[in-house]
Amino acid sequence: MRARVFVTLKPSVFDPQGKTIADALHSLGYGGVEDVRQGKYFELDLATKEAGDAKQLAAEVADKLLANPVIESYRIEVE
Amino acid sequence: MKFGIVVFPGSNCDHDAYHAAKHVLGQDAEFLWHKDTDLKASDVLILPGGFSYGDYLRTGAIARFSPIMREVQAFAARGGPVLGICNGFQVLLEAGLIPGAMLRNRSVKFVCAHVHIRVEQTDTPFTCASKRGDVLRIPIAHGEGNYFAPPDVLAKLETNRQVIFRYTTADGDVADGANPNGSVAGIAGLCNEGRNVVGMMPHPERACESTLGSADGRVILESAVQSIKTGALVARA
Repeated sequence: MRARVFVTLKPSVFDPQGKTIADALHSLGYGGVEDVRQGKYFELDLATKEAGDAKQLAAEVADKLLANPVIESYRIEVE
Repeated sequence: MKFGIVVFPGSNCDHDAYHAAKHVLGQDAEFLWHKDTDLKASDVLILPGGFSYGDYLRTGAIARFSPIMREVQAFAARGGPVLGICNGFQVLLEAGLIPGAMLRNRSVKFVCAHVHIRVEQTDTPFTCASKRGDVLRIPIAHGEGNYFAPPDVLAKLETNRQVIFRYTTADGDVADGANPNGSVAGIAGLCNEGRNVVGMMPHPERACESTLGSADGRVILESAVQSIKTGALVARA
């Protein structure tokens, strides 16, 4: 199975990179882009064929390494 | 006494720390490779600055799982003095030895400059030879030194007097203009609850000789020597 892990800064945490990207888009004339939050995306190829196991394993590695729970949260999709 | 200096792949201030400990302070010093599991009878550990594991994923995120870090954590748990400088501080945060996390600098730029920091507390093995309120001129060099902790954690850090250094003006005043990276509450350095583990973004090891622009960082390493020699503020690790 493949798990996709999306790691983003928590809403309460300021994202200087996202802010810089939003400012750049505004200077390019994209005033309709109100805000940008930058994150990370991981694709995990997993040996298991069980969606439940895949999700559990992806959550475990996200907790342990992929995300820092102090500043980040994550979302997982499996297929 | 002996300084043990941990070397991760990508550390680049390990030799600066070694030079300061060995040649400036005249103490014994030895490198500890990240794959080592022996602290070689070190009295004080330094996690130096640099870009361990290329800063992949997050600064310090991979280094914290190095074999040597298990020994560092055990040493810290026994009360042994540990100083994390810059990337070493980031490793301490990732390892959970000190609470909080680092974000990209507010300016989104790598900042390389001499800054002023004020000594907030002197009851740690790395500030015991200084005085509260002393203003030190020490260089920083980092892209991710914007310290963050949630409000409840921050309140606890302040209550426990765990903020050891704050960015200030040359006169020792906390001011937004004197904060080089956007760190919450102007925090430049912190200790753990046991007060034996200190992390700081500025580089004291680069400021130990006046020919290098400042010798203000020397007091931090001298504090470690003093605390080991007098046995004050350190448990026998």
